[in-house]
Amino acid sequence: MSKEKENDMKMITVYIMGKAYKVPFGLTIMKAMEYAGYRFIRGSGCRAGFCGACATVYRRKGEYKLRTALACQTTVEDGMYLAQLPFVPSNRKEYDIEELDPKKNVLSEYYPEINRCVSCNTCTKACPQELQVMDYIQASIRGDYKLVTSLSFDCIQCGLCVVRCPAEITHYHVAQLARRLYGKYYSPVPQHLLDRLKEIEEGKFDSEIEELKKMDAKKLEEVYVARDIQKIPRGEVAGE
Amino acid sequence: MKLIDGYTEEMRESIEKVEKTRAERMKKSYPALTMEEREEVLNKYHPDYKPDKKRAVRVGPNKGEVAPHEVVDLLEAYPLITAKDVDLKTIDYDVDLLIIGGGGAGTVAALWANDNGISAENILMATKLRHGDANSMMAQGGIQAADTPEDSPARHYLDVIGGGHFANKPELVEALVKDAPFILKWHEELGVIYDKDENGNYIERPGGGTSRFRLHSAKDYTGMEIMRVIRDEFRNRQIPVLEFTPAVELLKDESGNVAGAVLFNMETEQYYTVRAKATVLATGGFGRLHIQQFPTTNHYGATADGLVMAYRAGAKLRDLDTVQYHPTGAAYPEQIVGLLITEKVRGMGAQPVDKNGDLFVFPMEPRDVEAASFIKRCADGKCVQTPTGMHGIWLDSPMIEEIEGEGAIRKNLDAMYRMYKRFGIDMTKDPILVFPTLHYQNGGVEIDASAQTSIPGLFAGGEVEGGVHGKNRLMGNSLLDYNVFGRRAGISAAQWASKRSKPGKLSLAHVDSFVKELEKAKIPPERRSPMLLPEYRGEKVLARMLDIL
Repeated sequence: MSKEKENDMKMITVYIMGKAYKVPFGLTIMKAMEYAGYRFIRGSGCRAGFCGACATVYRRKGEYKLRTALACQTTVEDGMYLAQLPFVPSNRKEYDIEELDPKKNVLSEYYPEINRCVSCNTCTKACPQELQVMDYIQASIRGDYKLVTSLSFDCIQCGLCVVRCPAEITHYHVAQLARRLYGKYYSPVPQHLLDRLKEIEEGKFDSEIEELKKMDAKKLEEVYVARDIQKIPRGEVAGE
Repeated sequence: MKLIDGYTEEMRESIEKVEKTRAERMKKSYPALTMEEREEVLNKYHPDYKPDKKRAVRVGPNKGEVAPHEVVDLLEAYPLITAKDVDLKTIDYDVDLLIIGGGGAGTVAALWANDNGISAENILMATKLRHGDANSMMAQGGIQAADTPEDSPARHYLDVIGGGHFANKPELVEALVKDAPFILKWHEELGVIYDKDENGNYIERPGGGTSRFRLHSAKDYTGMEIMRVIRDEFRNRQIPVLEFTPAVELLKDESGNVAGAVLFNMETEQYYTVRAKATVLATGGFGRLHIQQFPTTNHYGATADGLVMAYRAGAKLRDLDTVQYHPTGAAYPEQIVGLLITEKVRGMGAQPVDKNGDLFVFPMEPRDVEAASFIKRCADGKCVQTPTGMHGIWLDSPMIEEIEGEGAIRKNLDAMYRMYKRFGIDMTKDPILVFPTLHYQNGGVEIDASAQTSIPGLFAGGEVEGGVHGKNRLMGNSLLDYNVFGRRAGISAAQWASKRSKPGKLSLAHVDSFVKELEKAKIPPERRSPMLLPEYRGEKVLARMLDIL
């Protein structure tokens, strides 16, 4: 960037793995690293806070505390020391969801280390989604799949909790298992879905679809325009 | 620059107007456009309808057909490798089934191929980033399936084909709508958790261009919830996966069947030769090409690699002349420009309004029509401008809390709430600013209903394939697409592989002849593809954020 342009833009200094770079104020950590010249292979996935690829550990100048963040969802600050986690070598158990007995505490059986939780709350503090991680580990010890599900539902599996945990718990794998158990065994398939599957199997809609498939474009457009549209609540009606 | 709860003083003035009109608007309806009015606004304002932004491709199976410059640039580029660069006699991986791409479609294909007789060790997944780093993970709003008594697959069919401008391939639409309820049941059996009411029925919401409420969601983490579960299942079955190792070229055998691929380990910079009886292409779309300089909702790896490889191998592409711009990408603050604001925000009642607080469009038009209407409003000078020169329409999110009660946003749109909160904005109290953003590749590699491409041995599922959505995809049909056609690709590939012996001599001759065609067309060798990763170093990370209208 030209000096002139840089003068127009407020620049700050960040330390990427210890090396100082000047970057424009207001970028995310991820974009600031790219501006500095890094080309990600690891460490960049969805770039929107959903995939957990850009788990970042940082420290602010003058502080001793290590903080955690997602590089794509955090604005860069002057004096940040930045490092990214390329990979989390966490322990994951294999299982057959069909063979599990949800009445037992499957979580404790597969991940007995959850019982070592010392309630230090470091996992919760590390979570970039601000989930109550320690609370769901406590719920896991009790085998409360429903509570684990609701507390962990927004987990993006970045692994920051795991690398900070003094009890070597792999929180996000425990939560994944709990959610699948809850989804499969405690949240039954709605009857209206089963009814529809039966109708499809019996070929109830086949002739109607066959007719639509054969229709010429003009006729199809007529049928499309004439179809009734379910009212959107709150008085807003299509076509009015 | 002084900010008041995340917004500038000028923006605050406009927000006051939005608040003033809210009570009146809550009672109001806005008419949907007629087909003629739709055409008019599309023709004048939709980015796809600007002829100078596209050109005809000069080589290959679709010679003479137009696509955006950014796409043609890659189709007409020279390969990264030729036969001289790799030793095809040394087979590094010898499998029944190669799956290229580790997103939703690839994962579903692997599970169904495994269910249909291909053992885990005879499958190999190769993916450019991590397994699950894909647009599948990012889909928020939901998945369509016609499963209520007042709905039907035939009606779903009609919505899809109308939304797609009647250009869809009928057999694919039929497969999509008829498989949809089955896919939901499969998800349930795996343990995917969808939102249900107190009676255990699905909570279903409207989407743009749908005539019934048939959108099933898992808060606004629908894509993530499905992807996490299918990936977990994939891991349980111990199917091998190579991460950070994209395919760079397909391989063929002596009879012209696709017979594997050349992979490139981006970390060690080594090439691997994979021999496979069947290959599934599940590489996703072109959302990171920043077509017409638009910002994007897409993940880092959406660079059309699969299109390029399949095209060189002789696969027919279709509907690549249209691009889906999602009407509601974030336009402010700067850090999140282009990121997806799920259609569910409108589905739950938030209206799009201009800088004066006026409602100017039916909120649930098909995506292309809604996006064009937003752009028109900005062209008419009725948009809000951000400090960095972006334009935007207000999405009146506080309406959701008024309609569905306090807490409705945290309950249903927690990802959105969280994202805005990170940058100092509370969407339960203030509206959010949006503008169309590059979202989806409507077309792609042509397949038939069994997910077979025009080349034997090559199957495709997910965003890389084309035909099912015609010229415009409806909301909630991409998650459905990758499940339906990922599954069909996995089953078809398993059937194909089980009937065949190991492919013979592997060859890149198709790439050599493609290069000859490029030379004959006098296309200079200045560009290479597949792109693999977009270039954002230095100023390139900034430029696109500043130049949009």
